[in-house]
Amino acid sequence: MNPEIAQKIQEKFPSEFIGQNEFRNELTVTVKPDRIVEIARFLRDDPSTAFNQLSDIFSVDNSGRSAGVDERFEVVYLLNSIPNRHRLRLKAVLREDRCEIDSVWPVWKAAGFLEREVYDLMGIRFRNHPDLRRIFLPEDFDGHPLRKEYPTEGKGWRNTFEFLPTEEPQT
Amino acid sequence: MEFKSPQNPSTGLNEAPLHDTEPRPITEDLPLRRSEELLLNMGPQHPATHGVLRVVLELEGEKILKATPDLGYLHRGVEKLCEGLTYQQIIPHTDRLDYVCSMSNNFAYVRAVEKLLGVSIPERGEYVRTIIAEMQRIVGHLFWLGTQSLDIGAMTIFFWTFREREILLDLFERICGARLTMNYFRVGGVNGDLKPDVIATLRKFLKDFPSKIDEYDRLLMNNRIWISRTKDIAVISAEDAVGFGLTGPPLRGSGVHYDVRKAAPYAAYGKVDWEVPLGSNGDTYDRYWIRMQEMKQSARIIAQCLDQLPEGPVLTDVPQVVAPPKEKVMQDMQSLIHHFIIFTEGFRPPKGEVYCATEAPKGELGFSIVSDGEPKPYRLKIRSPSFVHLGAFDHMARGYMIADIVTIFGTYDIVMGECDR
Repeated sequence: MNPEIAQKIQEKFPSEFIGQNEFRNELTVTVKPDRIVEIARFLRDDPSTAFNQLSDIFSVDNSGRSAGVDERFEVVYLLNSIPNRHRLRLKAVLREDRCEIDSVWPVWKAAGFLEREVYDLMGIRFRNHPDLRRIFLPEDFDGHPLRKEYPTEGKGWRNTFEFLPTEEPQT
Repeated sequence: MEFKSPQNPSTGLNEAPLHDTEPRPITEDLPLRRSEELLLNMGPQHPATHGVLRVVLELEGEKILKATPDLGYLHRGVEKLCEGLTYQQIIPHTDRLDYVCSMSNNFAYVRAVEKLLGVSIPERGEYVRTIIAEMQRIVGHLFWLGTQSLDIGAMTIFFWTFREREILLDLFERICGARLTMNYFRVGGVNGDLKPDVIATLRKFLKDFPSKIDEYDRLLMNNRIWISRTKDIAVISAEDAVGFGLTGPPLRGSGVHYDVRKAAPYAAYGKVDWEVPLGSNGDTYDRYWIRMQEMKQSARIIAQCLDQLPEGPVLTDVPQVVAPPKEKVMQDMQSLIHHFIIFTEGFRPPKGEVYCATEAPKGELGFSIVSDGEPKPYRLKIRSPSFVHLGAFDHMARGYMIADIVTIFGTYDIVMGECDR
């Protein structure tokens, strides 16, 4: 893993760059969300980075580990360069009251499904996404289950099912 | 109207006219041809969707204009469940993702945890893992070949591939006691060594296996129906394949040389000699050919690993992470304490984030773990190849006939348990 990638992003987008981190030989670059599509396009087209494949997009809800509302959500892009054989974790930090970010679908087509999943389970909106709908859950589902405030066992509506016995059987 | 038998008494042939009425005059309010798109629902209960996948097809005649996959019928919220489980408790849940190749899922998950912990594996453990992962790849590809040909209409091959798959499943049963949901890998190694009788059976299987692949090839390679139903079906260019995030055989079928085992060698893949088969047309036939070649390469890898198999333990000796063996727990105080802590509380990895990619039979299976130093992961994300591949489904299905849709499902080797998680 070469830390020059982080330098390149910092030189090219000095106002967007927040920080970098290296852990277990993996480079993480944190940026502001506003110009994510430009950063993505730069990382894809620059021959020294050449991140031509988007491996994954996922999101982290930071409210479970005492982060402020300014950095409630993280959208994490895992990039892979097939020609250069290196990877990068690009991270955008979102505020709680403005949890939306531009879609990187014009850069990598793989983002179409991956962003729908993030929208479905974490409730982060992707601007200019061609088809932003829930992907796993039904359209009338209430809430976004991967957020930390959502209980793992559900919100109790299962107990209202009629076919579950609610009273002790009479003997 | 007088009834007249349609049969000619002298020849016995049916001679009834096709239309017994005068053809209707063509008027403006009854045009000859109506062009209208037809919405057709396919699934979720359909034998060719490999689980429960629903697709809404927009058709013009028999041509597919648009195919919209509707997922989520098998969504169990594994990622949310994992946030409430310790790292070891997650391993059996990974079995249920891609239930056809559970060993590969176990492998991908424990590799991610080991990367987070910084634990290394004894050499014999690495070899055993490689052998098991390649056996699982053969099982996965055999399963794919059988079901794909069954979907297309060739029934014989299904029985043949399941005959060989059975031998490997029996071996898995002898190795770990289960046939489908194995739960065999552990953080730090594997649960139990390969016994000599298992190795002997495996060697015997490997001796016969290449001739079995040739048998399948004889049935399919020059089969006109197979060729016309797979050649030039679901074509994707190399550029699009990379852009849509395809990995594994669908990416290599388009001629892109990318295999995680070669790009970032893990386990014993760097120590054995093998090749990455590449296609050129990016159609279903090339992906079929690649999977056949990969099975041969897997057999090669297993044979070399068995020859090189070193002596030693298969589980690493890090008592904070790996539970000590039961005999030691019964005799020695310290082992008892470690055992107690691991099974009541779990181990605490360092704070950090890792992503670890593994080449599963279906493509790149990756686990991202966000740890905040607690015994449970703060966030766990599974990058499943089936889900990413389905993102390209619409792109690859447009313009083909409705009869090709089962071929296009099958060409990715899709498993909905992994796709919906």
